[in-house]
Amino acid sequence: MIRLSNVQKTYPARRGSEPHKALHGINLDIAAGEIVGVIGRSGAGKSTLIRCINLLENPTSGAVVVDGTDVTTLPKRDLPLFRRQLGMVFQHFNLLSSRTVYDNIALPLELAGASKAEIAAAVDPLLPLVGLDDKRDRYPAELSGGQKQRVGIARALSSNPKVLLCDEVTSALDPETTRQILTLLKDINKRLGLTMVVITHEMAVVKALCDRVAVMDGGVIVEEGEVAGIFAAPKHATTKSLLADEFIEFRAGTDANTADHNTDDNSSRQEG
Amino acid sequence: MFSTLAPIVLQATWETLYMVGVSLFLATALGLPLGVLLATSGRGELLEAPLFQKIIGPIVNATRSVPFIILAVAIIPFTRFVVGTSIGTSAAIVPLTVAAIPFIARIIEGAIREVDSGLTEAAQAMGARPLQVVTKVLLPEALPGIIHGLTLTAVTLIGYSAMVGAVGAGGLGDLGIRYGYQRFRPDVMAVVVVTLIVVVQAVQMFGDRLARKADKRNI
Ligand SMILES: Nc1ncnc2c1ncn2[C@@H]1O[C@H](COP(=O)(O)OP(=O)(O)O)[C@@H](O)[C@H]1O
Ligand SMILES: [Mg+2]
Repeated sequence: MIRLSNVQKTYPARRGSEPHKALHGINLDIAAGEIVGVIGRSGAGKSTLIRCINLLENPTSGAVVVDGTDVTTLPKRDLPLFRRQLGMVFQHFNLLSSRTVYDNIALPLELAGASKAEIAAAVDPLLPLVGLDDKRDRYPAELSGGQKQRVGIARALSSNPKVLLCDEVTSALDPETTRQILTLLKDINKRLGLTMVVITHEMAVVKALCDRVAVMDGGVIVEEGEVAGIFAAPKHATTKSLLADEFIEFRAGTDANTADHNTDDNSSRQEG
Repeated sequence: MFSTLAPIVLQATWETLYMVGVSLFLATALGLPLGVLLATSGRGELLEAPLFQKIIGPIVNATRSVPFIILAVAIIPFTRFVVGTSIGTSAAIVPLTVAAIPFIARIIEGAIREVDSGLTEAAQAMGARPLQVVTKVLLPEALPGIIHGLTLTAVTLIGYSAMVGAVGAGGLGDLGIRYGYQRFRPDVMAVVVVTLIVVVQAVQMFGDRLARKADKRNI
């Protein structure tokens, strides 16, 4: 479904900074229907990698093959059409504050020139799928973090994409809301057979959601394989230390469960 | 006395609203695209056009740094070319519009730059074309800020319109100068000042109300 071959990305120099090489030759194969995790610490290049898939960033070299086409060779005017095949979900939701839940979910279809009837036909079934039937005409400001992310997911699904790109989609949410969102994503993967690329810095997300995982450090994939195998026998130091973090977080979580809720100030209001 | 004054003040108020209304409309029509381009034409930005930015930016700044009354006098030949005369209410619309265009352009630019860049990115990820990002995302999200800015512009234009009144454009400023000052009628001056205050208040309240209605960020 997606194949990255020797993808390199160098951010050009800006005032006061050297050019920065964020990806050093990434090779990654993602089969249709699979959920692949990409885990790594902040600055490892995870966001750069996922943004190279839908060409929000243009790779400096290498090929990004989606559904048989090397999309790096597409002319600029064809990018919008290509991007409609991929849905993207963001850490900070990126919902339009001026649009209701329904109209946010409708936006990708509106951009594609769909009629009102086509939009209704696509959006109406998505509301119950993500558990937001009763929020249809609410604005994002009236929603909890978890609900906002449900809108983000529904919006990414509305143009009926083949692939869902998720960049740290639970990182702004508390643990309970995180669990609910991960369950939702897993459910969507099963029901719709969507291919998913999931960026995260938390092993727990990989464990709950992914079939395979690639561990990134310094712009390189240092280890890759089935999730169970990686968890049972981590080889690279980065993997081991990410797994160790998980253990510490788990311990801290049982001691000070309430502190975690600060990460999502709205979630206590209506999540459930 | 009041009965003779009322129609004159009413007429002058109408002239002021006409001058300000028309120039606000024209200046928005021209300043809006300019503001959008100022906000999005930088290198690597949505409607990348660095040359435009380099040329238009300084022109906008230059126009904004000329005091209004000087601008109004300096462009008299242009005004005469457009309207056929440089005197009267319609002629006053030209300098008012010219002064308001860069003002509005900067306001729109600022309001658009306030929009979270994550929204532009999300729209692009959905397959939005650059112009769609402008019309579907940037302008709707910037709307409360734009309305605030246009209200500010309207109030500023009311002040400016009083100045062009002094050079024979009619309106409340003209009335205040001719009757209140030149003919020693402090009662007329007082009525003009009070009317101006009321008009400005009304415009401000109306603008605030619209902006609040458009703003869905805090419900
Ligand atoms: N637009 C950019 N310009 C310059 N450098 C960037 C840009 N985006 C990211 N980087 C740099 O590239 C590296 C990888 O960033 P990113 O892909 O965001 O990492 P991650 O998502 O894993 O935290 C970081 O060192 C970051 O500072
Ligand atoms: Mg990131």
